[in-house]
Amino acid sequence: MNEIYLPELGEDIEKATIACWHKKVGERVKVDDDVVEVVTDKATFNVSAGGKGILKEIRFKEGEVAKVGDVLAVIEPTRT
Amino acid sequence: MVLQRIEKIEKTGYQYHDLGLIEYDQAYVYQQECVANVLQGGEEQVILCEHHPVITLGRLSDKRNILGNQEDMKRLGVIMRPVDRGGDVTLHAPGQLVAYPILNLNRRGRDLHKYLHHLEEVAIALLSEFGILGRRHPTQTGVWVKEKKIASLGIGVRKWVAYHGLAVNVHTDLKLFSLIKPCGLNVSMTSMAQEMKVPVEMAAVKKALKECLKRILG
Repeated sequence: MNEIYLPELGEDIEKATIACWHKKVGERVKVDDDVVEVVTDKATFNVSAGGKGILKEIRFKEGEVAKVGDVLAVIEPTRT
Repeated sequence: MVLQRIEKIEKTGYQYHDLGLIEYDQAYVYQQECVANVLQGGEEQVILCEHHPVITLGRLSDKRNILGNQEDMKRLGVIMRPVDRGGDVTLHAPGQLVAYPILNLNRRGRDLHKYLHHLEEVAIALLSEFGILGRRHPTQTGVWVKEKKIASLGIGVRKWVAYHGLAVNVHTDLKLFSLIKPCGLNVSMTSMAQEMKVPVEMAAVKKALKECLKRILG
Protein backbone atom coordinates (compact mmCIF):
# COMPACT_ATOMS: atom_id res chain seq x y z
CA MET A 1 0.00 0.00 0.00
CA ASN A 2 1.19 3.53 -0.76
CA GLU A 3 0.25 6.35 1.55
CA ILE A 4 -0.48 9.88 0.46
CA TYR A 5 0.50 12.22 3.23
CA LEU A 6 0.30 15.96 3.76
CA PRO A 7 3.71 17.23 2.63
CA GLU A 8 5.77 20.07 4.05
CA LEU A 9 4.21 23.24 2.62
CA GLY A 10 6.51 25.80 4.21
CA GLU A 11 8.52 26.64 7.26
CA ASP A 12 5.68 27.93 9.42
CA ILE A 13 2.90 25.72 8.08
CA GLU A 14 1.90 22.90 10.40
CA LYS A 15 -1.57 22.05 9.13
CA ALA A 16 -3.99 22.49 6.25
CA THR A 17 -7.72 22.10 5.65
CA ILE A 18 -8.97 19.51 3.17
CA ALA A 19 -10.65 21.61 0.45
CA CYS A 20 -11.77 18.89 -1.97
CA TRP A 21 -11.06 15.37 -3.12
CA HIS A 22 -10.44 15.10 -6.85
CA LYS A 23 -10.71 11.28 -6.73
CA LYS A 24 -13.16 8.87 -5.13
CA VAL A 25 -12.48 5.61 -3.28
CA GLY A 26 -12.23 2.81 -5.85
CA GLU A 27 -11.00 5.12 -8.59
CA ARG A 28 -7.79 4.44 -10.52
CA VAL A 29 -5.05 7.01 -10.09
CA LYS A 30 -1.86 7.69 -12.00
CA VAL A 31 1.43 8.93 -10.53
CA ASP A 32 0.90 12.55 -11.50
CA ASP A 33 -2.83 12.77 -10.77
CA ASP A 34 -3.89 15.41 -8.27
CA VAL A 35 -5.80 13.47 -5.64
CA VAL A 36 -6.70 16.06 -3.03
CA GLU A 37 -6.62 19.83 -2.71
CA VAL A 38 -5.74 21.31 0.65
CA VAL A 39 -5.87 24.93 1.68
CA THR A 40 -3.87 27.01 4.10
CA ASP A 41 -4.97 30.61 4.49
CA LYS A 42 -4.43 32.22 1.08
CA ALA A 43 -3.03 29.20 -0.77
CA THR A 44 -4.45 25.99 -2.13
CA PHE A 45 -2.13 23.05 -2.78
CA ASN A 46 -2.84 19.94 -4.81
CA VAL A 47 -1.36 16.72 -3.46
CA SER A 48 -0.42 14.18 -6.14
CA ALA A 49 -0.90 10.42 -6.00
CA GLY A 50 2.84 9.69 -6.17
CA GLY A 51 2.18 6.19 -7.51
CA LYS A 52 -0.36 4.42 -9.68
CA GLY A 53 -3.08 2.22 -8.31
CA ILE A 54 -6.56 2.20 -6.84
CA LEU A 55 -7.58 4.73 -4.22
CA LYS A 56 -8.49 2.43 -1.32
CA GLU A 57 -9.10 4.75 1.56
CA ILE A 58 -9.71 8.42 2.29
CA ARG A 59 -8.88 9.38 5.87
CA PHE A 60 -10.00 13.02 6.04
CA LYS A 61 -13.30 14.56 5.02
CA GLU A 62 -13.58 17.89 3.24
CA GLY A 63 -13.38 20.67 5.82
CA GLU A 64 -11.29 18.63 8.25
CA VAL A 65 -7.80 19.76 9.27
CA ALA A 66 -4.73 17.57 8.75
CA LYS A 67 -1.25 18.04 10.15
CA VAL A 68 1.91 17.88 8.05
CA GLY A 69 2.87 14.20 7.81
CA ASP A 70 -0.68 12.89 8.37
CA VAL A 71 -1.76 10.14 5.99
CA LEU A 72 -4.57 11.58 3.88
CA ALA A 73 -5.30 8.55 1.72
CA VAL A 74 -4.10 5.07 0.86
CA ILE A 75 -3.44 3.70 -2.63
CA GLU A 76 -3.27 0.04 -3.53
CA PRO A 77 -0.55 -0.23 -6.18
CA THR A 78 -1.30 -1.79 -9.57
CA ARG A 79 1.23 -2.98 -12.11
CA THR A 80 -0.76 -2.18 -15.24
CA MET B 1 -8.66 29.77 -28.73
CA VAL B 2 -7.54 32.72 -26.63
CA LEU B 3 -3.94 31.61 -27.07
CA GLN B 4 -4.25 32.07 -30.80
CA ARG B 5 -5.84 35.48 -30.47
CA ILE B 6 -3.51 37.08 -27.97
CA GLU B 7 0.17 37.21 -28.67
CA LYS B 8 3.10 37.26 -26.37
CA ILE B 9 3.92 40.91 -26.02
CA GLU B 10 7.12 41.23 -24.09
CA LYS B 11 9.92 39.29 -22.54
CA THR B 12 11.46 40.69 -19.41
CA GLY B 13 12.44 37.69 -17.34
CA TYR B 14 9.19 35.80 -17.81
CA GLN B 15 6.92 35.33 -20.76
CA TYR B 16 4.32 38.07 -20.32
CA HIS B 17 0.74 37.95 -21.59
CA ASP B 18 -1.16 41.22 -21.40
CA LEU B 19 -4.80 40.23 -21.85
CA GLY B 20 -6.18 43.75 -21.30
CA LEU B 21 -9.79 43.89 -20.08
CA ILE B 22 -11.10 40.34 -20.19
CA GLU B 23 -13.96 38.25 -18.77
CA TYR B 24 -12.90 36.24 -15.73
CA ASP B 25 -13.83 32.87 -17.27
CA GLN B 26 -11.87 33.52 -20.45
CA ALA B 27 -8.79 34.56 -18.48
CA TYR B 28 -9.15 31.50 -16.24
CA VAL B 29 -9.03 29.16 -19.25
CA TYR B 30 -6.01 31.04 -20.57
CA GLN B 31 -4.34 30.83 -17.17
CA GLN B 32 -4.87 27.07 -16.99
CA GLU B 33 -3.32 26.67 -20.45
CA CYS B 34 -0.27 28.56 -19.21
CA VAL B 35 -0.13 26.42 -16.04
CA ALA B 36 -0.17 23.25 -18.18
CA ASN B 37 2.64 24.70 -20.25
CA VAL B 38 4.82 25.49 -17.22
CA LEU B 39 4.07 22.05 -15.71
CA GLN B 40 5.43 20.54 -18.91
CA GLY B 41 8.67 22.41 -18.40
CA GLY B 42 7.85 25.55 -20.38
CA GLU B 43 9.06 29.04 -19.58
CA GLU B 44 7.59 30.74 -16.51
CA GLN B 45 4.78 33.12 -17.41
CA VAL B 46 2.95 36.12 -16.06
CA ILE B 47 -0.55 37.13 -17.13
CA LEU B 48 -1.56 40.76 -16.64
CA CYS B 49 -5.18 41.78 -17.05
CA GLU B 50 -8.22 43.60 -15.76
CA HIS B 51 -11.52 41.82 -15.29
CA HIS B 52 -15.08 42.82 -15.96
CA PRO B 53 -16.79 43.03 -12.55
CA VAL B 54 -16.66 39.64 -10.81
CA ILE B 55 -16.84 38.45 -7.22
CA THR B 56 -14.63 35.42 -6.76
CA LEU B 57 -14.97 33.02 -3.87
CA GLY B 58 -11.77 31.32 -2.73
CA ARG B 59 -11.78 27.92 -1.03
CA LEU B 60 -12.23 29.35 2.44
CA SER B 61 -15.12 31.62 1.46
CA ASP B 62 -18.00 32.38 3.74
CA LYS B 63 -21.00 33.33 1.61
CA ARG B 64 -22.11 35.73 4.34
CA ASN B 65 -19.24 37.94 3.14
CA ILE B 66 -21.23 38.70 0.01
CA LEU B 67 -23.33 41.67 1.06
CA GLY B 68 -25.02 42.56 -2.24
CA ASN B 69 -28.18 40.76 -3.34
CA GLN B 70 -28.96 39.30 -6.77
CA GLU B 71 -30.62 42.52 -7.90
CA ASP B 72 -27.60 44.66 -6.95
CA MET B 73 -25.34 42.25 -8.83
CA LYS B 74 -27.50 42.31 -11.94
CA ARG B 75 -27.81 46.09 -11.92
CA LEU B 76 -24.06 46.53 -11.61
CA GLY B 77 -23.25 43.72 -14.04
CA VAL B 78 -21.32 41.71 -11.44
CA ILE B 79 -21.01 37.93 -11.76
CA MET B 80 -19.90 35.41 -9.12
CA ARG B 81 -17.40 32.59 -9.49
CA PRO B 82 -16.03 29.98 -7.08
CA VAL B 83 -12.29 29.61 -7.69
CA ASP B 84 -9.47 27.21 -6.79
CA ARG B 85 -7.35 29.65 -4.82
CA GLY B 86 -6.93 30.16 -1.12
CA GLY B 87 -8.61 33.00 0.73
CA ASP B 88 -12.13 34.30 1.05
CA VAL B 89 -14.26 36.60 -1.11
CA THR B 90 -12.76 39.25 -3.36
CA LEU B 91 -13.85 41.49 -6.20
CA HIS B 92 -12.20 42.29 -9.50
CA ALA B 93 -13.27 45.16 -11.72
CA PRO B 94 -11.86 47.43 -14.42
CA GLY B 95 -9.12 49.70 -13.07
CA GLN B 96 -7.70 46.92 -10.91
CA LEU B 97 -4.46 45.38 -12.14
CA VAL B 98 -4.54 41.61 -11.78
CA ALA B 99 -1.29 39.66 -12.10
CA TYR B 100 -1.20 35.89 -12.36
CA PRO B 101 2.46 34.87 -12.07
CA ILE B 102 2.76 31.21 -13.08
CA LEU B 103 6.02 30.38 -11.40
CA ASN B 104 7.87 27.25 -10.39
CA LEU B 105 8.23 27.27 -6.61
CA ASN B 106 10.68 24.37 -6.82
CA ARG B 107 13.17 27.10 -7.72
CA ARG B 108 12.02 29.33 -4.88
CA GLY B 109 12.20 27.15 -1.80
CA ARG B 110 8.84 25.26 -1.83
CA ASP B 111 7.23 27.47 0.79
CA LEU B 112 3.67 28.72 0.23
CA HIS B 113 3.75 31.45 2.82
CA LYS B 114 7.18 32.67 1.77
CA TYR B 115 5.90 33.03 -1.79
CA LEU B 116 2.84 34.96 -0.58
CA HIS B 117 5.21 37.15 1.43
CA HIS B 118 7.20 37.81 -1.75
CA LEU B 119 4.02 38.75 -3.62
CA GLU B 120 3.22 41.25 -0.85
CA GLU B 121 6.72 42.63 -1.23
CA VAL B 122 6.11 43.03 -4.98
CA ALA B 123 2.95 45.04 -4.28
CA ILE B 124 4.68 47.19 -1.65
CA ALA B 125 7.60 47.87 -4.04
CA LEU B 126 5.16 48.73 -6.82
CA LEU B 127 3.30 51.21 -4.62
CA SER B 128 6.55 52.80 -3.52
CA GLU B 129 7.43 53.47 -7.18
CA PHE B 130 4.39 55.77 -7.14
CA GLY B 131 5.18 57.35 -3.76
CA ILE B 132 2.61 55.30 -1.83
CA LEU B 133 3.60 53.73 1.47
CA GLY B 134 2.14 50.24 1.51
CA ARG B 135 2.45 47.95 4.50
CA ARG B 136 1.69 44.42 5.62
CA HIS B 137 -1.00 43.71 8.17
CA PRO B 138 0.21 41.96 11.34
CA THR B 139 -2.23 39.07 10.93
CA GLN B 140 -3.72 39.26 7.43
CA THR B 141 -2.28 38.58 3.99
CA GLY B 142 -2.46 41.52 1.58
CA VAL B 143 -1.19 45.08 1.40
CA TRP B 144 -2.59 48.08 3.24
CA VAL B 145 -2.18 51.85 3.00
CA LYS B 146 -2.75 53.14 6.52
CA GLU B 147 -5.96 51.37 7.55
CA LYS B 148 -7.26 50.68 4.05
CA LYS B 149 -6.57 47.65 1.90
CA ILE B 150 -5.14 48.24 -1.58
CA ALA B 151 -3.93 44.82 -2.77
CA SER B 152 -5.30 41.30 -2.30
CA LEU B 153 -3.58 37.96 -2.75
CA GLY B 154 -4.61 34.38 -3.28
CA ILE B 155 -2.77 31.50 -4.92
CA GLY B 156 -3.25 27.95 -6.11
CA VAL B 157 -0.38 25.49 -6.42
CA ARG B 158 -0.11 22.33 -8.47
CA LYS B 159 3.12 20.27 -8.37
CA TRP B 160 4.78 23.35 -6.92
CA VAL B 161 3.76 25.54 -9.86
CA ALA B 162 1.89 28.56 -8.51
CA TYR B 163 -0.99 30.34 -10.25
CA HIS B 164 -3.61 33.00 -9.43
CA GLY B 165 -1.76 35.82 -7.69
CA LEU B 166 -2.36 39.42 -6.79
CA ALA B 167 -4.79 42.24 -7.50
CA VAL B 168 -3.88 45.90 -6.99
CA ASN B 169 -6.48 48.65 -7.12
CA VAL B 170 -5.14 51.23 -9.54
CA HIS B 171 -8.23 53.32 -10.33
CA THR B 172 -10.98 50.82 -9.52
CA ASP B 173 -14.50 52.06 -8.79
CA LEU B 174 -14.28 51.47 -5.02
CA LYS B 175 -18.06 51.66 -4.58
CA LEU B 176 -18.26 48.12 -6.00
CA PHE B 177 -16.52 46.79 -2.89
CA SER B 178 -19.66 47.58 -0.90
CA LEU B 179 -21.01 44.34 -2.41
CA ILE B 180 -18.60 42.27 -0.33
CA LYS B 181 -16.76 42.05 2.94
CA PRO B 182 -13.30 41.78 1.32
CA CYS B 183 -11.47 38.67 2.56
CA GLY B 184 -14.11 38.48 5.30
CA LEU B 185 -12.73 41.61 6.93
CA ASN B 186 -14.41 44.81 8.04
CA VAL B 187 -12.04 46.88 5.97
CA SER B 188 -12.32 49.80 3.55
CA MET B 189 -10.58 49.50 0.21
CA THR B 190 -8.48 52.16 -1.42
CA SER B 191 -6.77 52.59 -4.79
CA MET B 192 -3.57 54.12 -6.08
CA ALA B 193 -5.56 56.95 -7.71
CA GLN B 194 -7.34 57.68 -4.45
CA GLU B 195 -4.08 57.78 -2.51
CA MET B 196 -2.23 59.86 -5.13
CA LYS B 197 -5.17 62.14 -5.83
CA VAL B 198 -4.17 62.24 -9.50
CA PRO B 199 -5.06 59.95 -12.42
CA VAL B 200 -2.78 56.91 -12.75
CA GLU B 201 -1.98 55.31 -16.09
CA MET B 202 -2.51 51.55 -16.06
CA ALA B 203 0.31 51.14 -18.58
CA ALA B 204 2.80 52.81 -16.21
CA VAL B 205 1.68 50.56 -13.35
CA LYS B 206 2.09 47.45 -15.52
CA LYS B 207 5.59 48.53 -16.51
CA ALA B 208 6.58 49.13 -12.87
CA LEU B 209 5.04 45.81 -11.81
CA LYS B 210 7.16 43.91 -14.32
CA GLU B 211 10.29 45.49 -12.88
CA CYS B 212 9.24 44.72 -9.30
CA LEU B 213 8.39 41.08 -10.15
CA LYS B 214 11.77 40.58 -11.75
CA ARG B 215 13.61 42.25 -8.90
CA ILE B 216 11.84 40.38 -6.09
CA LEU B 217 10.94 36.99 -7.57
CA GLY B 218 13.96 36.69 -9.83
